Amino acid sequence: MSQTRMLSAEAYDAIDKEVAKYPPNRKQSAVMAALAIAQNELGWLSESAVEDVASYLEMRAIAVWEVATFYGMYNLKKPGRYKLSICTNLPCALQGANKTVDQLKALLGIDFNETDLDGLLTLKEAECMGACGDAPVVIINDREMRGKIGVEDVEKLLEELKAR
Amino acid sequence: MITSNPPFSQDSYGPEAVIMKGVNGVNWQLAEYEKRGGYQALRKILSDEYSPGDVIAEVKKSALRGRGGAGFPTGLKWSFMPKGDGQKYIVCNSDEGEPGTFKDRDLLRYNPHIVIEGMAIAAYAIGASVGYNYIHGEIWEVYERFEEALEEARSAGYLGDKLLGSDFSFDLFAHHGFGAYICGEETALLESIEGKKGQPRFKPPFPASYGLYGCPTTINNTETFAAVPSLILGGGDAYLALGKPNNGGTKIFSVSGDVQNPGNYEVRLGTPFSKLLEMAGGVREGNRLKAVIPGGSSMPVLPANIMMSTDMDYDSIAEAGSMLGSGAVIIMDETRCMVRCLLRLSYFYHEESCGQCTPCREGTGWLYRLVKRIHSGLGEEGDIDKLLSLSDNIGGRTICALGDAAALPVKSFIEHFRPEFEYLVTHKESQIESK
Repeated sequence: MSQTRMLSAEAYDAIDKEVAKYPPNRKQSAVMAALAIAQNELGWLSESAVEDVASYLEMRAIAVWEVATFYGMYNLKKPGRYKLSICTNLPCALQGANKTVDQLKALLGIDFNETDLDGLLTLKEAECMGACGDAPVVIINDREMRGKIGVEDVEKLLEELKAR
Repeated sequence: MITSNPPFSQDSYGPEAVIMKGVNGVNWQLAEYEKRGGYQALRKILSDEYSPGDVIAEVKKSALRGRGGAGFPTGLKWSFMPKGDGQKYIVCNSDEGEPGTFKDRDLLRYNPHIVIEGMAIAAYAIGASVGYNYIHGEIWEVYERFEEALEEARSAGYLGDKLLGSDFSFDLFAHHGFGAYICGEETALLESIEGKKGQPRFKPPFPASYGLYGCPTTINNTETFAAVPSLILGGGDAYLALGKPNNGGTKIFSVSGDVQNPGNYEVRLGTPFSKLLEMAGGVREGNRLKAVIPGGSSMPVLPANIMMSTDMDYDSIAEAGSMLGSGAVIIMDETRCMVRCLLRLSYFYHEESCGQCTPCREGTGWLYRLVKRIHSGLGEEGDIDKLLSLSDNIGGRTICALGDAAALPVKSFIEHFRPEFEYLVTHKESQIESK
């Protein structure tokens, strides 16, 4: 156990709770949750964060990397204070998502996968979030979903995030 | 915090709702579920009235078919599980990422206990002592709520050791995904629960013989489990009678796109499409209906005239040339360029291919680039036929159905709207968007 621990005690408690959901010899099943918990605390998954999760769950680092690089919501680069993901898939596009995207890009002066100069916000194009009825839909930092964000709501949303 | 603005009126899901009957967005907790008759079906089967075989027989009688996409008969699926002791698992597929589908999210946040009860009954029928509900990564708040509901159910003795004083023990856990469409494929989902990349497994063996951790496993969609309690309480025959032969019960349709009121509507299977469209307020701004994808983005698109004379059930939609799929109804009106619509879908399948099978990994990219070339006015003579031939060479040549899911929209969009593709190739601009 030479690995430096990178997360808070609460985070490891949360990981333990996830591990307990699976059979005793199946700690690896908690790897997705452990990575999500790490990301929530650190903002992204650095090499040392991934190695920490690997050692904590007694997995090889490469097996954790396979998971971290396969699932789309893990941040392998450090995003701005907020990662704003917006779905542009067909149902959302029909309900105006691209207009919301254009407004976001214009107000922030960035494209997808870029971060604004203040380091406040990284914009991500996302795939179906399973919330098409509420389109346009955005997710703030993986956990907070907002529906019906039309062009007219973009400025207010950005103000709100800035003020937090 | 959950978006939308509950409470909403109790008949928001439609007057025929069974699963969502009485659900108003805030009455999701255990006490209120019990007031609606919740957990009575579990009590009924555990009070010695039903053997596991009796439960399966009732489900077979009901003609309940899988609500996740394939429409496979649920009772038959359960009967594939080996009898006898040994670890078995029940798994709920709430990895709802098929574009256009958003019903399971409502089920889990507004009526989570009906899913828990349905899973407990299914676990009893197949002899599973442990279950997992795999919840779509993008809906964290819904996952948290489902965890709360699980705690409530454990405290009340609906989960855990010796349920309600019977000999049957069952516990259920939630597993949170993190953004991979492919995990909606059942064996990819199992891999994902095991803590690996979500890449589908070769079949056979099917999960009923080799599933989670190599143990016999049954996987059903969220809505399929949610249909079980009322089916058991009212009996298989009554459930069947709600729908039509071979298409039992009600179904939640997620209606999106160019409609006045996008949303979830629960109707009896066999309801005319025109009635469903009317429930969603009709086409937006009084526009004319052009096309409908009746079962989620992986299913063939159908033109308005065919849809307007079709009923919403598995067999009718199949007869009309598409599939009911997950019940995601995507509406496109007369202002839409079909090439552009296909372009976005093709990008999606390219983005979400897991990369395991060459025809899908390479083919989806090729499809996307060709549709993009046509849409941007750079299409060449023969591109449309190339798209068709590519589609034929992906479909049926991959481990899972994602390859077919990428190919079917391409083929159906061209089949029904070929002149729009040809116009773009010839005139270098969209027939619809240049107007």
